This record gives sequence, C-alpha cells and structure tokens, in this order.
Amino acid sequence: MSNFLRAVIDGVLTGSVYALMAAGLTLIFGVMEVINIAQGILVVLGAYLSYVLSVHLGIDLFAGLIITIPVMFVLGVGIQWGLMRRLGEREKVSMSILVTYAVAIILEGVLDLIFGPGYLQLTAWYVNQSIHVFGFYLPYIYVFGFILAVGLLGSLYFILYRTEFGRSLRASQQNKTAARLIGIDVNRVAAITFGIGVAVTAAGGMVFGATTAFNSNSSADLISRLLTIVILGGMGSIGGAMGASVLMLVIEAIVSTYWSPTWATLVFYMVLVLVLVVRPAGLFGQKAVRAQ
Amino acid sequence: MSALTKTFKSMSKAKLAAVVVAIAVIAVFPLVFTNPTVTEIAIFALMFMATSSAWNGFAGSSGYFSLGHAIFFGVGAYAFTIIANDFKMAPTSALFFLMPVAGVFAMVAAVGVGAVALRTKRHTFVVITIGIFFIFQLLGFNLNVTGGASGLQVPTPSNWNAATFNNPFYYAAAILLGFTVLLYWIIKRSAFGLQLLSIRDDEERARGLGVPVWRVKLSAFVVSAFPVGMAGALFAYLIGQIYPQTVFNPLFDLSWALMTLVGGIGTIVGPLLGGVVLESIQQYLNLYLSNVDIYLIIYGVVFLAVMFWMPRGIVPTVVGAVKRRRGTPTGPTSIATSDDKQPAKPDQTAGLIVTAKGATE
Repeated sequence: MSNFLRAVIDGVLTGSVYALMAAGLTLIFGVMEVINIAQGILVVLGAYLSYVLSVHLGIDLFAGLIITIPVMFVLGVGIQWGLMRRLGEREKVSMSILVTYAVAIILEGVLDLIFGPGYLQLTAWYVNQSIHVFGFYLPYIYVFGFILAVGLLGSLYFILYRTEFGRSLRASQQNKTAARLIGIDVNRVAAITFGIGVAVTAAGGMVFGATTAFNSNSSADLISRLLTIVILGGMGSIGGAMGASVLMLVIEAIVSTYWSPTWATLVFYMVLVLVLVVRPAGLFGQKAVRAQ
Repeated sequence: MSALTKTFKSMSKAKLAAVVVAIAVIAVFPLVFTNPTVTEIAIFALMFMATSSAWNGFAGSSGYFSLGHAIFFGVGAYAFTIIANDFKMAPTSALFFLMPVAGVFAMVAAVGVGAVALRTKRHTFVVITIGIFFIFQLLGFNLNVTGGASGLQVPTPSNWNAATFNNPFYYAAAILLGFTVLLYWIIKRSAFGLQLLSIRDDEERARGLGVPVWRVKLSAFVVSAFPVGMAGALFAYLIGQIYPQTVFNPLFDLSWALMTLVGGIGTIVGPLLGGVVLESIQQYLNLYLSNVDIYLIIYGVVFLAVMFWMPRGIVPTVVGAVKRRRGTPTGPTSIATSDDKQPAKPDQTAGLIVTAKGATE
C-alpha cells in the first residue's frame, strides 16, 4: 500500500510539472493552431540556463527563474515574430510542426556544441535533502516544484480569465476574424501567447533538470510525452492537459513501481494509442478533431 | 503493361534522355570514384533518395504527414538480421535477396500501425505516429529477440575484396532506388494515385464521390513501408551491427520530410534531389568533421531558409521560374514532373501537406 501511495504521490508531483510544460504547448495551439515541436528542447534549454546561472553565477535555482522566465518569454516572442507569423493559413499545422522541428534541431545542435553530450543535473540543498512523509523519503524539490507549478498554472488561469489580455486571447482563440474586427491586435496577442507558452518551459525545465539527469537529447523523450499529454487532454484545452499530465504520470509511476521503469514508458504510449482508437478527440476533448 | 508503355511514350524526349543519363551516371559512379568513403556516402545518398521517395509517395500524395516511417526501417533491419542469423545464412551477395522479405515484414507491421494511426487525422495523426514509433523503439530495447540495447550482430561478408567492398551494397541501393521511383511513377499516373490525391485535397468529398478512402489510404501506407523496410535491411547488412536507436531513429522521419520538402513535395524528382543533396552533406559532415552538432545546425538553417524562401520546394520553384521565363502559361497548379498531355490535376505541387482548402476559419 505504501508503494502504491508513493507511486501516486510521485505521479501527482511530477505530473504537475509536466502539466505546466504541456499547458504552454496547448495554449499556443489553442490560439494559433500551431504545434510547437521545439517545446521539448526549450525545456532542456531552460534547464541549461538554470544550470549556468547556478554553477557559474551562484544564483539559486528558484531565484534564477526571475531571469530565465523573461529570457524564455522573449525567445518565444522572437520565434513567433520571426518565423511562425510568416506561415500562411494553408497547411499551417503541418508547416508549424516542420518549422518548430527545425528550430528544435538547431537549438539541440547549439546546446550539444556548448555543453557536450554528458548528462547534467541541477543541484541545490533542496535537491539533495529529503522530507519524510508516509514512510518514505521525498526530495524537497518535488514538493517545491509542485508548489511552483501550481502557482504558475494559477497565474496562467488568472491571466486568461481575469485580465484584459486574457479576454483578447480567448477571443482570438474563438474567432480570429471577429477578434480582429472588434479591434484586437491578433498578431500581438499571438506573439505574447507564444512568449507565455515558451516562458513556462523555464520553470518546467528547472524542475525537470533538478529531478532528472538531462542532456540535449532529452528533448526527444520530453516532446513525445508532452505531445501525448496534449493530445490526450484534447488540443487547446489547458484543463485537459493538466488532467492528462497527472493521470499519465500517475499511471507511469504505478507501472514503474509494480512492473519495471522501461515498460512504464511503453505504457505511456500504449495509453495514447488505445485512447485514440476509442476516442479520436482525446480523453477530455469536447468536439471531434476538426475536419479540414 | 500497355498502360506503362503508353506512359513511357508520353514522356518527352528531353525527359527520357535525362532519365537515361541519370541511370548511366548512377551505374558508372563507383567505377569512376573508387574511394570507399565516397562510395559509402553514395550508398547512403541512394538509400535516402529511395526512402524519401517512399515517404513522399505516401505523405506527399495523401496529406497524412507520417513521422513514424522509421518504424518500417527498423522492422526491416531487424527482420533481415534475425532471419539471416537464425537460418545461419552465409554473408554473400545472395543475402541481398532477403531485402524484399524484410520489406514484406515491414508491410505487415504497416498494416497494424496504419489500422490504428489512420483513424486519426492531421496533427493527431502526426503525434500518434510519433507515439507508435516510440512503442516500436522501446520494444527494440526490451524484447529478447532484438537483443535489447546491445543490439544484434549482422553477418558481414569476409572474403570480399576490400577495394570494391562497397560496390554490391551500392548496386543494391541503386536497384532499390530504381524500383521505388518506378513504383511511384506508376502509382502517380494510376487511378489509385488520383484517389490518393483526392483524399489529400478533401477526404470527405472524396468519400462522397465514392473513393474507398480507408482502403486507399491504408494501401498507400502499407505500400510505402516496403521500400523503407528494404532500405532498413540494406542498412543492417552494410553497417554490420544494429541497435534500437540506430534503426528506429527518430531523425530518419525528419530527414525524409525535410528532403521531400526541400526538393518539392508531391513531385517525383523532389525527394530525389533533396535526398541526394542533404544526405550527401550529412554523410560528409559525419565522416570528415565527425561532428553531428554542426550538421544539425546546418540542417535546421537550410530547412528554414527553404521553407521561407521556396515554400514549394526547389523543384517546383525552379520549374515555375523556367516556365515563366519561357512564357509557358503556368498556373500555381502546374506539376513539376508531369507534362502537358496529362489531364490537369488540382494543385499538386503547391500543396505543402494537408489540403487545398484554406484554413477552417
């Protein structure tokens, strides 16, 4: 029983961090109908940025977010402004997959060139020390990461539903033409949305890098998981992404505890396949995947 | 067969001459360039030209943007290796005849993958192919029959002359390429090819017009697995050792997509051009710089440049420019590889991936 409880707690805590990263991905899709394949490598970039700040400048991982979040935000706005904005409306989803894939491999090449293929892990006192709960030890970073993720997801909800910008964003999401007609600068909304969607990877990457050893190659695994989560949650739905993250990581943790960690990853994708066979719109998707 | 000879006859003399020259160049290449490094680069170029053509033959024609075709490469490689090892086959030229068998195994895998993945559309399809791809890679890592992470040893010809060691592989790759191009050249001119294009342009309307949508797209998917599986087998035989991550390689799908798009999606020549240029560059950088990072960066930058400056790919852009200069009337719908006697097909080259209809808004 304690093993089961441990797996569930583990799944919920890591799931919250995945929820944060996936929320960025699905937010971008919801507003612009583009899939950001670079999200995985951007998480890794976030982890490397935190690494540089903590090792070379001695800045605490959480304090460093004050620097890395704005940096990633600007990068996101740059990608939208420089590349995604130029995509035509035709074939937009597929083209966006390719363009962001190209961005991802460029970033991967650059990171590998700078940091090499060796695995790194972020360290701090809360990574090395554990708290004792329910009869097992849990590094503090899992708890702190959970609090951070919940806090940021809360802020995201606040921005979306309680601010003028959030209203513009949701309007653009529902109907771009109508939004433009009532005076919303859709391009600006898109740029800021992409910025926010990428900015969350700074926080996600920091927690990821503190809980997992990573190198530039970790992005392939990350993006596959994030895409799985986003599809299961229904593309564009932040609540769905959160539910799917927690569900999937709890399942993975349970399989990993009772069976083996290698097969746990397999289960991750098996669930995707099974769900899509039964429900092509995803677990929480409202409508069928849009026909062309 | 008469249909085939008719289509041959419909080719212009210049095009026929170009094909003959290309075949001749490929045939004599290893006799002129005997450096094993050069021939190895050439083998990879031929292999990727063939696999890009197969990828384009499915994705470019149907609009289903598969990022899971590396599954078939891996299945082909493992089928080849496991059969050759289990039956203790001698590593001679005869082993090349195992390639089609490996291709059939890949097709069988494609039936299962396609039956699941093709239920979904657009981006969901893209993601589910990635997901199924990772399932296969994980199986490669975890099954006993695949040897797990330590991979499998493939029998290597030991008594072949070192100087011409690569030549049999080279010609096997050349034949694979020839077969694949011919296959897609025929498909493109068949009713089946037109049905595929109709699915790309508007699947619901195609269904309404009586196209057996499910059967057509599944068949196209399965057919495209055959050359890819054979290429996987050839790769295994050439390299001599396979690992899950080298044959179930996620970069393969990206490469095929990039080669196809850079050359021109939906055209016959596009993936050939993209394949020969990009794969040669990749192998060159791999062998001479032994630096994968620079390659990744160059690859990404070239791709972005092509996407934004020549969004239709090199072949359609160049052909369009030449026709405009000559004053031949050409709409945005002209087909790079077709000739004027062909009935007009809607928007074949410009269509990057999914459909000719605009966005949903």
